[in-house]
Amino acid sequence: MEFALTDEQQMIAETAQAFFGERAASEATREAMERGGFDRPLWTGFCTEMGLAGLALPEAHGGAGLGMIELACVAEAAGAQVAAIPLPGLAMTSAALLAGGSEEQKAEWLPRLAEGSVVPACAAEFVRDGSGDLLSGEGRFVAYGAHADLLLLLGQANAWIVDPGAPGVEIETFLTMDQTRPLAALKLAGVKADRLADGAAARAAALRAGWITLAAEALGGAQAAIDRTVAYSLERKQFGRAIGSFQAYKHRLADRVVDIEQARSAVYWAACALDEGSDEAAIAVHAAKSFAADTFFRCASDMIQLHGGIGFTWEHDAHLFFKRARAIQSALGSGAWHREQVASLVLGEAA
Amino acid sequence: MRLGFSAEEEAFRAECAAWLKGQMAGEFADIRGITNLVDKAERRREWEQQLARHGWSCIGWPKAWGGRDATLTEQVIFAEEYARAGAPNRINHIGVELAGPTILAFGTEEQKQRFLPGIAAGTSIWCQGYSEPGAGSDLAAVRTKARLEDGEWIVDGQKIWTSLAQFSDWIFVVARSEPGTKGPKGLTFLMMELDQPGIEIRPIRQINGEAEFNETFFTEARCPAESLIGAPGEGWKIAMGLLAFERGVSTLAQQMQFRNELDAIIAAARANGAAADPLIRQRIAEAEIGLRLMRYGALRMLSGGEGGATGGAALTYKIQWSTWRRSLGELAMDVLGQAGELATGEDYVFPMLPNLFLYARADTIYGGTNQIQRNIIAERGLGLPREPRGDI
Repeated sequence: MEFALTDEQQMIAETAQAFFGERAASEATREAMERGGFDRPLWTGFCTEMGLAGLALPEAHGGAGLGMIELACVAEAAGAQVAAIPLPGLAMTSAALLAGGSEEQKAEWLPRLAEGSVVPACAAEFVRDGSGDLLSGEGRFVAYGAHADLLLLLGQANAWIVDPGAPGVEIETFLTMDQTRPLAALKLAGVKADRLADGAAARAAALRAGWITLAAEALGGAQAAIDRTVAYSLERKQFGRAIGSFQAYKHRLADRVVDIEQARSAVYWAACALDEGSDEAAIAVHAAKSFAADTFFRCASDMIQLHGGIGFTWEHDAHLFFKRARAIQSALGSGAWHREQVASLVLGEAA
Repeated sequence: MRLGFSAEEEAFRAECAAWLKGQMAGEFADIRGITNLVDKAERRREWEQQLARHGWSCIGWPKAWGGRDATLTEQVIFAEEYARAGAPNRINHIGVELAGPTILAFGTEEQKQRFLPGIAAGTSIWCQGYSEPGAGSDLAAVRTKARLEDGEWIVDGQKIWTSLAQFSDWIFVVARSEPGTKGPKGLTFLMMELDQPGIEIRPIRQINGEAEFNETFFTEARCPAESLIGAPGEGWKIAMGLLAFERGVSTLAQQMQFRNELDAIIAAARANGAAADPLIRQRIAEAEIGLRLMRYGALRMLSGGEGGATGGAALTYKIQWSTWRRSLGELAMDVLGQAGELATGEDYVFPMLPNLFLYARADTIYGGTNQIQRNIIAERGLGLPREPRGDI
């Protein structure tokens, strides 16, 4: 029985926590928000100084040969700082190529992802228009789509790699509620695309990696939201005592700790199940995404409420957590959708 | 980090499973599946002795005292297989899991010689006397008195919620031995024989009609002077040490029962069409997810990561499972509809799922209410200020 991080995994987690704690502090993230939502210095540091981009890629392709558990440790640390970098896109692109790319496709793209020389983005619901050699269609809500050097498009049965600079690619970027994760819309008209060898495998692997990455970010965000609220509650005094000494306050926080502990179990269960190729992964990934996202939202909501007025200001970081939490809930399937997937596995398909 | 168990651990599991399955299919088939505390007590006492004869009654204890020196993992595996085989609720679980470990940790050599063999053999059954009408959440507010007189402790007072007292031979009692003391000071931990004129046991009927708990009255009840564990006045320390033994191992076995309950709800939903209702589907999914997370939370806790048995997962576990099960009972009633209102016969006795709905109301109360659990999480887990104490 060893359902705990190994020393090596613990070390990776601590290294990532130190890195994001120092480099993705509020000022850096807010600066990135003002400049379109991508913290490029952080991304460069993440890829080149830390060499973390290829963490979960095989050594043969320039990666570190580790798995989803280690990736989750890193995503948790990034989420704790609401870091403005495309981690889900990276995880999805890497997993898609690894599971569904031909040897040539892997050899072409994976080393670049591992060294961080490309910024990847993924359109999870690409709707193809027509057929033939050239690709046309639309993909909406693509995180970091406007910043990407490499686009992964997931259709129902096929997946493609597209160069965003190729003729026929039109990218419209939006100002998004969560300014740390800008969304773009893609329109393709007769674009030369590299179709992955096994589109179904690519899609399945990409989504699972995306769900776990989002879940781990949510876990980190939830824990940070509560940690910051606890710290505030010990400083802030009303009625002559620390507000954290009032039972109404303590019990609200305790309920969130109960949620977080379960979210932690969910994230590492799902990551571990994927790494081991366990049958449980089918349920675990949906459990992790829905539970961790909802937990983060409750924690971030309570962060605002328990800070009182200051928590509603732009100046305070609570809204960064709150908006990221909401963005994670909406990304890659709602909580209700994920729970329905679990229900289908347990009860059979809905009538 | 890994999900499962090693090959060696799985081999141990197979050994446990084979023996337990054989017993539950053979000589003890009549007590298979008993999950409450009261049914067929005599046969369950015989079952304790059968476990002992085959070396399975207290596997976590040292070999010298009838155990197997089993590791934590082995204890968990045995508990899981015990539940999976449908073996009945242990009538001596307080003896094996609480009294025995307390005597092992704090008892004298003579006390070990005197008490441990009986517990290991399943011939002396134990219950615990902590709570009182005035000492519930505030456990240290004990008023039951003990005085030493002519080489005997004489005990007067009342305990409540003493489950299994009606079947037990022994009770351990926390009593106030220093008059005028308050709270945790001045308490003494005594071991008393139940079969004596000074002790009277009255059952308490619960909201589900059953009577698992009792009131236990002490009127000049007696035990020899050497019946105390630790020193006079050290009772609180012993009692708190004992609570620490309650954690962990049994949680995964308990989850086997929860699995059966959720499976029964899923079967009922399929049978009556509720499985097609999108809202019911959402709630069944939530229940399924919650149960899986309970398992991995327990494994995290038992694997010793992140502060181990005192870390976050251990502090939150009680509130997690009790809240989950309370929701499960409500889900069961929504799935069953009005069929859930019907008793099984003329007695006020309900089938498993409606009974679960009623019984789960106790889960969020006993062993520390959810409100007390939240205080513990906030104070020990988050380091928030302690609740102010009134004048006790």
